[in-house]
Amino acid sequence: MNVIVELEKPLVELEAKIDGLKKLNETQRVDFSAEIAALEAKARQLKNEVFGNLTPWQRVHMARHPRRPLALDYISALDGFTELHGDRTFRDDPAIVTGYAYLDGMPIFVIGEQKGRDTKDNLYRNFGMPHPEGYRKAQRIMQHAEKFKRPLVSFIDTPGAYPGIGAEERGQSQAIAQSLILLAGLRTPIVVNITGEGGSGGALAIGIGDHIVMLQHAVYSVASPEAAASILWRDAGRAEEAAKRLHLTSDELFEFGIIDEVVSEPLGGAQADATRVIADLLAADKRALARLTRLSADELVDRRYEKFRRIGSHVERVHDSAAR
Amino acid sequence: MAPTPSWLRRRGARPEAAPDTLWEICPGCGERLYKKDLAERLRLCSRCGHHLRLGALDRIALLADGDFQELVPHLITSDPLQWTDRIPYAKKIAGDRVKSGLLEAIVVGLCTVEGVPIGLGVMDFSFRGGTMGSVVGEKVTLLIEECARRRLPAVIVTASGGARMEEGMIALMQLAKTSAAVQRFAALGLPLITILTDPTTGGVSASFGFQADIIIAESGAAIGFAGRRVIDQTIRQKLPEGFQSAQFLLEHGQVDMVVRRGELKTALARFLHFVSDQKVPA
Ligand SMILES: [Zn+2]
Repeated sequence: MNVIVELEKPLVELEAKIDGLKKLNETQRVDFSAEIAALEAKARQLKNEVFGNLTPWQRVHMARHPRRPLALDYISALDGFTELHGDRTFRDDPAIVTGYAYLDGMPIFVIGEQKGRDTKDNLYRNFGMPHPEGYRKAQRIMQHAEKFKRPLVSFIDTPGAYPGIGAEERGQSQAIAQSLILLAGLRTPIVVNITGEGGSGGALAIGIGDHIVMLQHAVYSVASPEAAASILWRDAGRAEEAAKRLHLTSDELFEFGIIDEVVSEPLGGAQADATRVIADLLAADKRALARLTRLSADELVDRRYEKFRRIGSHVERVHDSAAR
Repeated sequence: MAPTPSWLRRRGARPEAAPDTLWEICPGCGERLYKKDLAERLRLCSRCGHHLRLGALDRIALLADGDFQELVPHLITSDPLQWTDRIPYAKKIAGDRVKSGLLEAIVVGLCTVEGVPIGLGVMDFSFRGGTMGSVVGEKVTLLIEECARRRLPAVIVTASGGARMEEGMIALMQLAKTSAAVQRFAALGLPLITILTDPTTGGVSASFGFQADIIIAESGAAIGFAGRRVIDQTIRQKLPEGFQSAQFLLEHGQVDMVVRRGELKTALARFLHFVSDQKVPA
């Protein structure tokens, strides 16, 4: 059950009522405009109450909202997207979509983690949880980006890499590990977008880059709150508490320097005005690429190294007397 | 049950310490093993040969030529999230220091193996389940950077439950940081060898664990991306025999070899000689 869907129920009902009155207003002789104005004011107030100050747990559910734009919604907004399929070894993994497109005339390669819109679609997309062959398909595209000197743009939205028998047999660890190596050394600009759920290594496998953009209500976490609660306390039921402690929201991650830019969402989340959010995100990518494409490949890779070298350093040194 | 050692029976004495400090149960066969004997046998079960977990310092003694010089021994976490819990993270760390005798879940340094100089990192499962937070990531990175400067092979023995939850995304970023270090190191043409021991999962297997040129799995080790419990809960079907065992990984082409503890040093040294010795003239 999605917490946000529950929360917004009264709002959805109110908006339906407003729509109904508006229709009546057009067809009947009676003037409902005063009632409509009053209800609209109430809706605005309710919207502020519901969305004005979301908790980390509510933001996890915002990131998982069934109507939230998915990777292909962003990718389809690019010009001339052509999908490229398959890892050349095992199969085509529908949980990862890859291909090439134009961003305002700039040719780019794209990689996106794709969830499903409904149950049937989700079964096909494996709920956005890639198998090793998905990451190996992504690796092909990474190598293409370097070879053909085109920037790489990725869209992260996954609960995590799939934990299953086939995934383990075919080397889920190796697939992710190899993606990390490739991205770290890739001699072309990389822009990463976290648009929904950024779940652990399965997200990071397409998440090392030169500029990391995150939507306001996306989340990015070392493990899903449910998994973290299960690991920490053997109790997945404490996920809400884990969400609070994990520092997985865009503002917290921006403060830690883990992401470089936050793209804001309208009140009510990205789905409230998907067209605007998609345009804003792609505009951020375009700005970043305009800056990054001016750097040489050596500069890019060196800066990327320093960036991730810095992010991870939260260590102190104990004095000799205290050690051991 | 193992027989009570003769000296105990003879004196009719009771051990001064609690029994569990003297005895350990073999997870493989349930045998009660006398800890002192176990330590002398590289912590291999005398009955079934099961490889019980080995601490970092014992592991270094097993692999190095006795000349191990530790690098950056004094790094500790700054507790970036200021993680509080029923037991705060800082307190858990303090407890693990006492329990393991280590400051963090990895020891890194320089040594020789059968005369070949290398950089060696060894993880210890008894410290926070060998999880990788900022310190483990930093020490692995520093080790690899030092090996790159000195043009030395790097060897890392893994034992880890993955990324450390109490450091949140800072822990996940260690995968990126160490991967970048490995990428640079590999570009110099230097060899990275990993020895995956029980258990190696999550963020450590999905980064440097599986980024090595040669991957050796220790006999009996459980190795995988996802933990067994997570897989069980996700797919709710019976897992195949030996799933995620070292042998299973070998059969599925994920590791180069499975080696028993007693032969690890020889197997490691053989490859180190192969890549380090003067090239055979043409
Ligand atoms: Zn045994």
